[in-house]
Amino acid sequence: MIRIQRRQATPRWLLFAVPVLSLVAAFIAAAAILLIAGKDPLATYQRIFDRAFFAPGALTSTLVTATPLLLTGLAAAAAFRMRLWNIGGEGQLYLGAIGASGGGIALQHQSAPILIGGMVVGGLVAGAAWAVIPGLLRAYLNTNEIITTLMLNYVAGLLLLYLIFDSQSYWRDLSTFTARQFPQGKVLADAASWPSFDLQFAIVPFGFVLGILAAIALWLVYRSTVFGFQVRVLGDSRAAARYAGIKSRRVIVAMMALSGALAGLGGASEVGDFRHVLDPRGLQQAGLGYAGIVVAALARYNPLAVPVVAILIGGLANAGYSLQGPDFPAGLVGVLQGTILFFALGGELLVRYRITFASRKPAPAAAAGT
Amino acid sequence: MNDSIVVVLAASAIFYGTPLVFASVGELLAERSGVLNLGVEGMMLIGAVTAFWSVQHLSGPDWVVLLLATLIGGLAALSVSLIHAVLVVGLRANQIVSGLALTIFAGATGLSSYVGNVARLGGQPAKHEFIGLNVFGLQDLPVAGPILFHQNALVYASWALVIVVLAYLYRTRTGLHLRAVGESPETADVMGVNVARYRYAHTLAGGLLAGVGGAYFSLAITPNWIDGMTSGAGWIAIALVIFAFWRPELTLVGAYLFGLFSSLGFVLQARQVHLPPEVFASLPYVMTVVVLVVVSTGWAKQRLGAPAALGTPYVREER
Repeated sequence: MIRIQRRQATPRWLLFAVPVLSLVAAFIAAAAILLIAGKDPLATYQRIFDRAFFAPGALTSTLVTATPLLLTGLAAAAAFRMRLWNIGGEGQLYLGAIGASGGGIALQHQSAPILIGGMVVGGLVAGAAWAVIPGLLRAYLNTNEIITTLMLNYVAGLLLLYLIFDSQSYWRDLSTFTARQFPQGKVLADAASWPSFDLQFAIVPFGFVLGILAAIALWLVYRSTVFGFQVRVLGDSRAAARYAGIKSRRVIVAMMALSGALAGLGGASEVGDFRHVLDPRGLQQAGLGYAGIVVAALARYNPLAVPVVAILIGGLANAGYSLQGPDFPAGLVGVLQGTILFFALGGELLVRYRITFASRKPAPAAAAGT
Repeated sequence: MNDSIVVVLAASAIFYGTPLVFASVGELLAERSGVLNLGVEGMMLIGAVTAFWSVQHLSGPDWVVLLLATLIGGLAALSVSLIHAVLVVGLRANQIVSGLALTIFAGATGLSSYVGNVARLGGQPAKHEFIGLNVFGLQDLPVAGPILFHQNALVYASWALVIVVLAYLYRTRTGLHLRAVGESPETADVMGVNVARYRYAHTLAGGLLAGVGGAYFSLAITPNWIDGMTSGAGWIAIALVIFAFWRPELTLVGAYLFGLFSSLGFVLQARQVHLPPEVFASLPYVMTVVVLVVVSTGWAKQRLGAPAALGTPYVREER
């Protein structure tokens, strides 16, 4: 007979073992889906891992894919840690891209540090502003943030399309006849390309470095600031926070702003590191904000674990794009991500509860009714 | 007279609102048992893709194929909802994250897209589709004709569904037990109701109905297959449950209101009203936010009927 009891304390090794085992189990389960679809799972996985990490240049492009995931992952991890369900990373990332490319266009004649600084600030501010809307609604009108953040993702996506395809906006290139016929965004000046750092085995984009710094900063905020303490109390017990006199409304709005700023930085990095133009279709096809939720959940909302998970999930996504074609259909990456998450969630049971197999005892009175 | 804008808008509000009726009544059943399932969007897409696959591969009279395809769509969505049920009822996982995982797993960049691509469903017109019926030969009746008597079979099925669910919730013993499980699982357990079994059953029922709602997209609204073709309807359905105060009859009102917003763009553009298409396209999303804000503020809150145990796992040992 199986008995499930809540753990008083969780052994440290379990916190690592469970995510790793979840990953392994997820790959085995996804293999079943591949078999049903008539694909060879081992060959598929070999191609995925080769393209994600081992082929020449693979790690570099994985880091490019991992950069926005690192930032949207931190955005989700920060908000989810206090049980504030910001599902709006996707839209906040779009706004970040709008803000950063706006900054890049406005400051195009400035020197590189000012220009790049302007793009970073533009991304942070635009992402934060978009997230503060559902934050205020949640804090002061008690509106369910899951739905509002999600709805705003769709609105942000439409805003992107509007700026480039259906208006004469500041972001749209109207300088030539071709550009007026085939709408596209203004391409940023060369000085607006963010620097990158060559480590021999891989080239690290500037956005990734910012993401690592943000992860460390977030960890320090949790560890040693009043705000971080309030966030942790609110995350563990709303009632305790109320007794402690924590002004939860302010913390909610501040956390939404922080979370939105991180996702917005992800959008800024998409523009600065990678696209150098506001590209609605490219930004929308990847689902970077939603993948950030996978990253955060797999990292168990721990900011220091987010970069590692982001590289892993980014590798999967990168392999997914580069292999995509007739024999490697789209959608497989989402299936893998979802399966990994399912197993990680199931594995939480092992972290929080102790499962013991005991020989059947005489039925206690309480079980008589079943 | 039947071409007047009011009649056209009313008829298309019902037409576009119907998938939301199925999906939100399904979500309502799950939530009434205490299980929040944020995977509706993913389940709808699974329903849409499998139903579309079925009409392309089954042969027979129109109505048989369509009935089977809708059922297959529902059952496929039911089977993915089983994952959520096992995780949150069996393994006590966080319902919010599990539901999101379900949408990522099944949704626009997941299994539904994979199935559609492996089976090469894109770019084909549907071989069978739901078309407006001429009920009692009354489709040409002024005003009421196009609105009430010229809809497709699933619209009438959705009305029957709302009546059945109403009767089930408020007029049957099982319905009473279901409400007890959602409000106070401890009490239900003491009464001898098997809490886990109710939660499993109603989560799966929610999956089935979401799948039918998804099938409506690929068999009635745009009879073909496109990745992510429900474009957020699953999320609107979840919002509608809140908007409807967890009452099935009110989901009809909400769904048709959103059907109206979805169709406004097409109808006005056909009549030479020029505004950027994004303005119309964003209306359903913006209105969802606005309606949620109104519903969750003061005056409405006292009437809000959220099941008290919504979102919390039931662990008998910790009673």
